[in-house]
Amino acid sequence: MLEARDISVSLGRSEILRGVDFEAQPGQLTAICGPNGSGKTTLLRTVTGDLPCTGRVTLNGHDIARLAPWELAAMRGVLPQASALAFPFTVLEVVEIGLSRGRAAGQARAALQALARVDLAHHAGRPYQSLSGGEQQRAQLARVLAQVGAPVDADGPRWLFLDEPVSALDIAHQLEVMQIARDFADAGGGVVAVMHDLNLTAMFADRIVLLARGRVLSAGPVTEVMTSDTLSRAYGCRLRVGLAPAPGTPFLLPHAARLAAE
Amino acid sequence: MVALTDPTALDAPAPPDRLARARRLHLWLALALVAISLASLTVGATGVQLLDVARSLARGEALSRMERVVLLDIRLPRLVMGLAVGAALAVSGAVMQGLFRNPLADPGIVGVSAGAGLGAILAIVLGGLLPPALLGLAGAHLVPLAAFLGGWISTLLLYRVATRRGQTSVATMLLAGIALAALSGAVSGVLVYMADDTQLRDLTFWGLGSLAGASWTKLAAALPILLIAVSGAMLLGRSLNALALGEATAAHIGIPVQRMKRLAILCVAAATGAAVAVSGGIGFIGIVVPHLLRLASGPDHRALLPNAALLGAALLVGADMISRSVVAPAELPIGIVTAVLGAPVFLWILLRQRGVVDL
Repeated sequence: MLEARDISVSLGRSEILRGVDFEAQPGQLTAICGPNGSGKTTLLRTVTGDLPCTGRVTLNGHDIARLAPWELAAMRGVLPQASALAFPFTVLEVVEIGLSRGRAAGQARAALQALARVDLAHHAGRPYQSLSGGEQQRAQLARVLAQVGAPVDADGPRWLFLDEPVSALDIAHQLEVMQIARDFADAGGGVVAVMHDLNLTAMFADRIVLLARGRVLSAGPVTEVMTSDTLSRAYGCRLRVGLAPAPGTPFLLPHAARLAAE
Repeated sequence: MVALTDPTALDAPAPPDRLARARRLHLWLALALVAISLASLTVGATGVQLLDVARSLARGEALSRMERVVLLDIRLPRLVMGLAVGAALAVSGAVMQGLFRNPLADPGIVGVSAGAGLGAILAIVLGGLLPPALLGLAGAHLVPLAAFLGGWISTLLLYRVATRRGQTSVATMLLAGIALAALSGAVSGVLVYMADDTQLRDLTFWGLGSLAGASWTKLAAALPILLIAVSGAMLLGRSLNALALGEATAAHIGIPVQRMKRLAILCVAAATGAAVAVSGGIGFIGIVVPHLLRLASGPDHRALLPNAALLGAALLVGADMISRSVVAPAELPIGIVTAVLGAPVFLWILLRQRGVVDL
């Protein structure tokens, strides 16, 4: 499991996170939600080991500050919000960069399979830079999937850390990418995703950690966190949560007026 | 739910394997290198012909004194120097471009060569002021060492200035390079003003860029540094590929980013420093060679770096042959030949980048 205790992060003079506790279980999709500037990405970058912080982060029982980069890379993959690529690599070559050892025949196949998974196999030979923003995001997800391999193996569960994985995608590909994350969790892996779209989060996530101004406002199962009251407080605007008829997942309808304006 | 995978997708033919093609290129470039090296041994102001020498050797005759001097003491060290310097310049260019994630980064353009040059000039002009014991210790290595230090400091400085949070600003990089070159030029100017006649001749000769000063003594000082730097750079292939995705992603993939950056900077500084120390300011090899190779067989650094060493060596030896034969028996400085070949390529890359990268 992933466990972060008493995490504080300061960038320059401003404190981005204050005493945050965070937990995620393998087999679950944990969403980090909250308004802009609430510290979502910072929290993700802390638990992936990118940002130095006070406090302690353990992944599968290992203190991540003590792991070598390659040991950490064997345990988890990270999908950043945006990635710029230098040099004209092809889509397949970008996916292969994530693979650890040379390129055995099986690995080249793993890369192609990961591309097929994100619906990009037909673009494998194209220059990465010629893809659209959404296609690039999916190609990066394929790179991460190829890097981590199976959701769980003899060494324990693998982890996916996704920073706004669907921000540039059309609705069909949003559903497709969220389903990939869901399947990874269902197969025993752990998924932690920074999410903006609360309805997608309600459909696919098991747990939500809701941040506001650098603190955890609420954390727990989707139905507990996604209430009109909690969300309105977090985002500072009037929001009403209803229940979708068939599966009973919450959905959200924003009201026009901001709370502050009243 | 949405269809997750297209069942026919995996049956589609795999895209062409550019890495395999780039590795096949090793062989062709090596063959070209051997051919051009043999040609280089034959060309020269004197009439000594390699074929004649080979024929007389085959007949069991000893070489004439003339043949021995021309071949073994003039042409051979010059050839070896050309090979080593060409490989070092091309590999430094490729590593630097990978490190800065930009095809315009080249030690000559961003001021690293100028920094190395300043180190070398300092050593030439002020080296005599060092305590004799220290001077004796450094010996022939003094100028290459000083050039290495100059190159190293400029690379570190440049990286600090041009890179923030793992992202490189091209404009800042080029501007910082101009500032570094101007600063080195100013200090070098003062030193040239102070230099005596002998030192001045050394400096002028050296500043134009030439392999004409090649000797076994100079090689003994520079060759080990060049070889270590070039072989060290060969370890960087996979890391530089990962770095193309940005520093954060490279770390996520498992690359010890800080360590590899230090190694890359050391390699560039050592290779550029030693090359500048023995052959002066030979420009554009570092930008032309990697660019041509990326066009031919893709940007994968695992193949690009060895290919750059081979093509850089071949290109510089070829340029040296041109510089020796165009105005024979006089010599054109080789820096002029490489600039004529390289400047248009640089402009071409700049034009192609204009649409893509916001300078």
